[in-house]
Amino acid sequence: MSAVISERPPIAARGWPRQRIIGYSLMGAWIAIGIALVFYLAISWNPALFERYAGTYMSGLGVTLTLVVISIVLGALLAAPLTYARMSSNPILSGFAYAYVYFFRGTPLLVQTFLIYYGLGSFRPQLEAVGLWMFFREAWYCAVLAFTLNTAAYQAEIFRGAIESVPRGQWEGSASLGLHRLQTLWTVILPQAAIVALRPFGNEVILMIKGSAIVAIITVYDLMGVTRLAYSRSFDFQTYIWAALIYLSVVELLRHGIEWIERRITIHLKR
Amino acid sequence: MQSAWTLLSWGSDGWLDDIAYGVFVTVCLALATLPLGLMMGFFIALAKQSNEASLRLAGNVYTTIFRGLPELLTLFLVYFGVQIGAQNLLRLFNPEATIEVNSFVSGMVALGVVFSSYASEVFLSAFRAIPPGQYEGGHALGLSRGRTMRLVILPQLIRIALPGLSNLWLILLKDTALVSAIGLSDILRQAGVAARVTKHAFMFFGVASLIYLVLAIVSSVGIGAIARSVGRREMAR
Repeated sequence: MSAVISERPPIAARGWPRQRIIGYSLMGAWIAIGIALVFYLAISWNPALFERYAGTYMSGLGVTLTLVVISIVLGALLAAPLTYARMSSNPILSGFAYAYVYFFRGTPLLVQTFLIYYGLGSFRPQLEAVGLWMFFREAWYCAVLAFTLNTAAYQAEIFRGAIESVPRGQWEGSASLGLHRLQTLWTVILPQAAIVALRPFGNEVILMIKGSAIVAIITVYDLMGVTRLAYSRSFDFQTYIWAALIYLSVVELLRHGIEWIERRITIHLKR
Repeated sequence: MQSAWTLLSWGSDGWLDDIAYGVFVTVCLALATLPLGLMMGFFIALAKQSNEASLRLAGNVYTTIFRGLPELLTLFLVYFGVQIGAQNLLRLFNPEATIEVNSFVSGMVALGVVFSSYASEVFLSAFRAIPPGQYEGGHALGLSRGRTMRLVILPQLIRIALPGLSNLWLILLKDTALVSAIGLSDILRQAGVAARVTKHAFMFFGVASLIYLVLAIVSSVGIGAIARSVGRREMAR
């Protein structure tokens, strides 16, 4: 028995139903906030402030992006063996990888950064003895290390989920074609896993950009750091507004870029 | 030089009581933020799945803004922004007055706003998982729209949204560490004070991270119990 379902487009409500009143007033509120913001930035426009800090903001943005790119790349390199360990049948290997991932995903990034920057400072004599003190003395290196270790844990989970999302039959099919396991992984599994991993990976990059603001607390002058500096010197609230606008545009740019890539690489799946 | 056990004891020599106070503050902040964020997230999801285009747009603007800003920056915007705004407003009436914005409330509002923008996406996908027949069935039984929402849709919505929301709860728990930057005595700040005074930074920050881990584990157990009870109710029906 087949039911005949006629799909009709919903009839658009006319006049002023309650939802429309609420929607228009909320949009009106957003527009008012936007205009107020532009107005505020216009009346508090301060050429001296702009001249003094525009360059600083750009270098801060550069520091933020450098930090994120370095930690994402190093994190990916670290995540590969971690993913292997996590998926291996050796209980010691997989147990270690599980504990690593659990620790770094279960504690705040800020605490991990403090643990490395301030915490390892308590081992100064030992670190000096092995010549690593130069490294751990600098807030920048500590931030890179903390962010790399943190994102490696998240990326390992993303990679594992993506690889496990490829059906077993793909492995078996390649084995019956006589492909080596590494060949299978590289030519059959990873291209399919990459499509699944792209979105969470992009989200991880965005989370890192947003999370990188905390390095300002350990005196790295990233975008947030220079903003705090500018605010503490000028007590002008627009410093924070500018930072917010820059962060928002970077994140939005990235988000749309990822969506564009996703549309491109899933073109063969569209009907 | 005091031993590690003395430093971690309860009382005037040790720091355990101070850190316990920090745990109390962190847990209070997270628990106070949760209902605020859930409620706001639910209403934003309602707006985003409405038929009215302007309402959808308003919801999407909210999510875009607060998912795009770093949490720390949102916190500072709320903390300093509200302070300056309130100060200016107050000056209109009394030029002498100064106002101090409570850092707990600022933290609650900032974290709640961030939580709600993520929660609205979770609720939205849960709304989409509920077939339209459920609304029509409610209508056919003569239930009003509010009662359909409360009696038919909401119980299913919670069950579908639970995994996503529990993730958000764990993220919220970790994000509370940021309020130490605006001077609230949470776990991290108390550990930081102890580290500075005793010079045992690694131990105290290590203890702080272990406490966060324990909180995460306890929450997972609690969430598992909630998921089981929601699932069981579903089975009994």
